[in-house]
Amino acid sequence: MSRFTALLRRELRGFFGSPLVYFVAAVFLALSGYYFYTDLNAFITFGFGDSIVEHLWQRLFNDIVRVVLTVIPLVTMRVYAEEKNLGTIELLYTSPLRDGEILAAKYLACMCVFLVLLGSTVLYPAMIYYIQPFDLSQLKAIYLGLFMLVSTMVLIGIFVSSLTQTQLIAAMFTYGSVLLLWNLSWNEAALPTDLLGVISQLCAYDHFEPFARGIVELKHVAYFAALSLLMVFGTLRSMESRQWRGRR
Amino acid sequence: MINADHLSKNYGPVRAVDDISFDIAAGDIVGLLGPNGSGKTTIMRMLTGFFAPTAGTCSVAGVDLVEDSLGARRHIGYLPENIALYPDMNVRGYLTFAARTRDFGGNVKQRVDDVMEECGLAHMARRTIGKMSKGYRQRVGIAQAIVHEPEVLILDEPTVGLDPRQIVEIRSLISQLAGRSTVLLSTHILPEVSVTCRRVLILDEGRLVAEDTAEGLTKKTVGKREAVLRLRANAAEAVRVLGAVDGVESVEVTATASDGTVSLLVAAEQATDLVPALVREVSERGWPLYEATPRVMSLEELFVKILEDGVGS
Repeated sequence: MSRFTALLRRELRGFFGSPLVYFVAAVFLALSGYYFYTDLNAFITFGFGDSIVEHLWQRLFNDIVRVVLTVIPLVTMRVYAEEKNLGTIELLYTSPLRDGEILAAKYLACMCVFLVLLGSTVLYPAMIYYIQPFDLSQLKAIYLGLFMLVSTMVLIGIFVSSLTQTQLIAAMFTYGSVLLLWNLSWNEAALPTDLLGVISQLCAYDHFEPFARGIVELKHVAYFAALSLLMVFGTLRSMESRQWRGRR
Repeated sequence: MINADHLSKNYGPVRAVDDISFDIAAGDIVGLLGPNGSGKTTIMRMLTGFFAPTAGTCSVAGVDLVEDSLGARRHIGYLPENIALYPDMNVRGYLTFAARTRDFGGNVKQRVDDVMEECGLAHMARRTIGKMSKGYRQRVGIAQAIVHEPEVLILDEPTVGLDPRQIVEIRSLISQLAGRSTVLLSTHILPEVSVTCRRVLILDEGRLVAEDTAEGLTKKTVGKREAVLRLRANAAEAVRVLGAVDGVESVEVTATASDGTVSLLVAAEQATDLVPALVREVSERGWPLYEATPRVMSLEELFVKILEDGVGS
């Protein structure tokens, strides 16, 4: 077993060995199940026969994203803040591990949690497909968009966690950041017209929405990739700051 | 084995370590002695690759910590001050994790078993670290530092916060390790270095103020000028009688206990061992004697002496 695998196992243990992730999963599954039921109900009552993508999946996954955005800070808050608070990070920093390896292990462990959570939502379309098969290509686009969105937001949460020793502060700032990014251009009338274009380009919702309609475009993929790289860069610089701050 | 060459570290405008140089030979056991805030932890963090020095260089096992921090860290076992371990892991799981993340090449399971045996943790293998006493957690801390068989051991205040029995156990464990690894340990407790180390580096405000052998340090710290006595007698009479002993400058009652014993601090006119003459006088009078020792200096007094004398450096 390599040192990276050992580190990843430790991170996974940190999540799946603590009760928090099970409470988070329970709330996530309850809420996503509730949204599936109500959205399906609305689809049957008002939109049966229309496009299933537009009237069910788009609506359901926009609802699920709202739940995911609430859950992300609770998962990412501990990754650095807890280690800094306990002091365990000092032994990681003095082991023969690259900062990039530490970050990668933490990111992959967080993504494993979300793969389990998002994987469970496959049950909803699978049930519909069993009753009435439909075109799966658009659903694949939705899951690709969901993965990119969650991955980016997780990296934002990890970056924020690397800045503090207090998990609650990490959670609150992550929640504020992801919510702001998601809602940045929700009221176009409130924004100055000359900045509207720029703000719309920064808004995560505007880049996820095409995926939710079943459309995959390179510019939206590039948006999530660029934001992710920025967060990776920020986190690595934050880890490096021990060089001049002299603290964990 | 451990080399520091004009090492300095600034935290913003504050200079925590100021132009320190030393060499530690393979197999040696050296103590860094200094009060809190003297730069001990900062030096150790530079030597373990936690952060880089502002100026100067340091190397461990011949590998430069600035140029090849990752390579150097493979040779180091580190016990930070107030060791923090993952509270949710058990001892075996944690030591296995420590061995793997530090690239231990051999049979990890066997090595973990051996280390647990050596550190007196074998019966605690399945115990969750969060539920262990401070003394056992410290043992796990030392076990994780040696599990990958490093050539260099860096121990930051290894006995801080332990009870006296645990202190003795940890000191004896460190002494056993000294044969196999080169050990640098820090402490702010004066007797600790005399007991554990062969050589002592004395720090004050980020500077190396003196360097001495443990024996040399003991000689310096045992005061020739003052003696502490505890005996059962009338305090005023004891002061009068002992004050008349040849060479005594003053006698001071430092405590009177409810059991009728008095503690006295006797100072000599010049550097001389007062204890034999005082004991002779006390026994001639037939006073029961409970204690008679040359007074050992406190760390603060030692610093004053070093800075005044400029000795040892």
